[in-house]
Amino acid sequence: MKKYQDTGKKDTRSGFGAGLEELGKSNPNVVALCADLTGSLKMDAFKKNHPERFFQVGIAEANMISMAAGMTIGGKIPFTGTFANFSTGRVYDQIRQSVAYSGKNVKICASHAGLTLGEDGATHQILEDLGLMKMLPGMTVINTCDYNQTKAATIAIAEYDGPVYLRFGRPKVANFTPENQKFEIGKAVQLTEGNDVTIIATGHLVWEALLAAEKLEENGITAEVINIHTIKPLDKEAILASVAKTKCVVTAEEHNYLGGLGESVARVLTENTPYPQEFVATKDTFGESGTPAQLMEKYEIDHNAIEKAVNKVLKRK
Amino acid sequence: MPQTQQLNDFVTQVRRDILRQVHQVNSGHPGGSLGCAEFFTALYQEVMEYSTKFTMDGNNEDIFVLSNGHISPVFYSVLARSGFFPVEELNTFRKLNSRLQGHPTTHENLPGVRIASGSLGQGLSVALGIAQTKKLNKDTKLVYSLHGDGELQEGQNWEAIMYAAANNVDNIIATVDYNQQQIDGSTDDVLSLGNLKAKFEAFGWHVLEVEKGNDITQVIEGLKQAKAATGKGKPVCILLKTVMGNGVDFMMHTHEWHGKAPSDEQLENALTQNPETLGDY
Repeated sequence: MKKYQDTGKKDTRSGFGAGLEELGKSNPNVVALCADLTGSLKMDAFKKNHPERFFQVGIAEANMISMAAGMTIGGKIPFTGTFANFSTGRVYDQIRQSVAYSGKNVKICASHAGLTLGEDGATHQILEDLGLMKMLPGMTVINTCDYNQTKAATIAIAEYDGPVYLRFGRPKVANFTPENQKFEIGKAVQLTEGNDVTIIATGHLVWEALLAAEKLEENGITAEVINIHTIKPLDKEAILASVAKTKCVVTAEEHNYLGGLGESVARVLTENTPYPQEFVATKDTFGESGTPAQLMEKYEIDHNAIEKAVNKVLKRK
Repeated sequence: MPQTQQLNDFVTQVRRDILRQVHQVNSGHPGGSLGCAEFFTALYQEVMEYSTKFTMDGNNEDIFVLSNGHISPVFYSVLARSGFFPVEELNTFRKLNSRLQGHPTTHENLPGVRIASGSLGQGLSVALGIAQTKKLNKDTKLVYSLHGDGELQEGQNWEAIMYAAANNVDNIIATVDYNQQQIDGSTDDVLSLGNLKAKFEAFGWHVLEVEKGNDITQVIEGLKQAKAATGKGKPVCILLKTVMGNGVDFMMHTHEWHGKAPSDEQLENALTQNPETLGDY
């Protein structure tokens, strides 16, 4: 099985900041809006180097989203930055009407998603955002796994004309995807080859899936790990091709199992060839305060939980 | 410059269009639409500089944003009669497969519409975004927007009002349709707006009041004064005092016709009060 090397832990939000800064230099139409979280979103470099294209809106997310929609009129490509909770639930109607229904080229960039926000607790740990966003017609939904991929995705979505939700997180996590790997929206990345089970993971859970796959290999189980960074549009072909071989699947995400990646994969399978599936996800619950590692363990979304889910799904084959 | 009589003839025809659109499908919002017939006519026939060869970006043109999208009948009538699309298309208002949706949208590519509106309170933010892009593009044209007075109960407006003044967005003219009526009754009964002029001024806006918002001469004068006040570091607001249902005696001074269509007899009565001028669609 192919091994992946953590080249040094980095936060995905810094990948966003680096990508945004690169866009600042390369694309004069890119503008950035932030709701009083410039440091948290790592937008400082863009702000410093392109002050005329940086818009501080204060703690007023609704105004930020609708303003971003307006800024597309005249050709700008707005990137909005705040926490995932305030990027989605708080402004759902603004996104629905002014961005999605109006077909505006706004990039909603959301940090601190999921449980790994940590100590701030459930008020800030949104576990429903992927579902909210994927339900909006025309919305592209991306959840990146590490620094390098987040940077590449940030740059890639500027080239795509249409609304995008880009989700990333707070903690420093393994950085293992190749630097400068081209990011293709909607194209899954197969990380390992295996015959026994397909693990389809997104965001921070991709590294956990790789850790689980290594453990499983020690027990003679080979897992095909797929990094599905784009939740919508979903790479159906990649999923079906892998599952045709392995005949079972585990989905893994830092999100509620209602409305998340797992349900999208389940729909693809039931519309084509159904196979047993296990869901590694939070189970219709809010989070709580704690360290990211503690929370991932308690809410069963770490590599141990993935391993357990694989063993369970194998018995259902 | 068209003469006042020509503009008033235009207004009368717009009123007929509003009434006939709403009557035909037995749905829509005639009250607020009628109250704003003079405002839209002034904007599109006299004040704004625009091309009817519609582009979404609207670079080097004045741009209008309708925030209270439910008054789509007046918007559609004036867009059609200003040359954005054939007036016959008003026949499709609120019907299946129409570009003239109940509330305006970009989704069906209707020329003249740049943002969907209907869910209230978002238009001022959108207008500010357009205004900021115009500044970045060194485009000296203006952004005009219209908002219901009841709509100001939506908190997002006040985020936008605060932002505009703090950031000297002085290339925008936001007009409030100050008819003091909303669905459930008068704005005072539902949720008092208090002293709107003082509120906008306290937030740092330049505020103009037009006492007779259904007098085309006063509306044009107010818009021209507002235009002269742009570019001076402050966003500009017009409190346009209008009468809901204006031009149809039984629809005036009441919230009853906010979202109700006239019957056949009521339509006939209303049309008699507003004889055909430019020709019905």
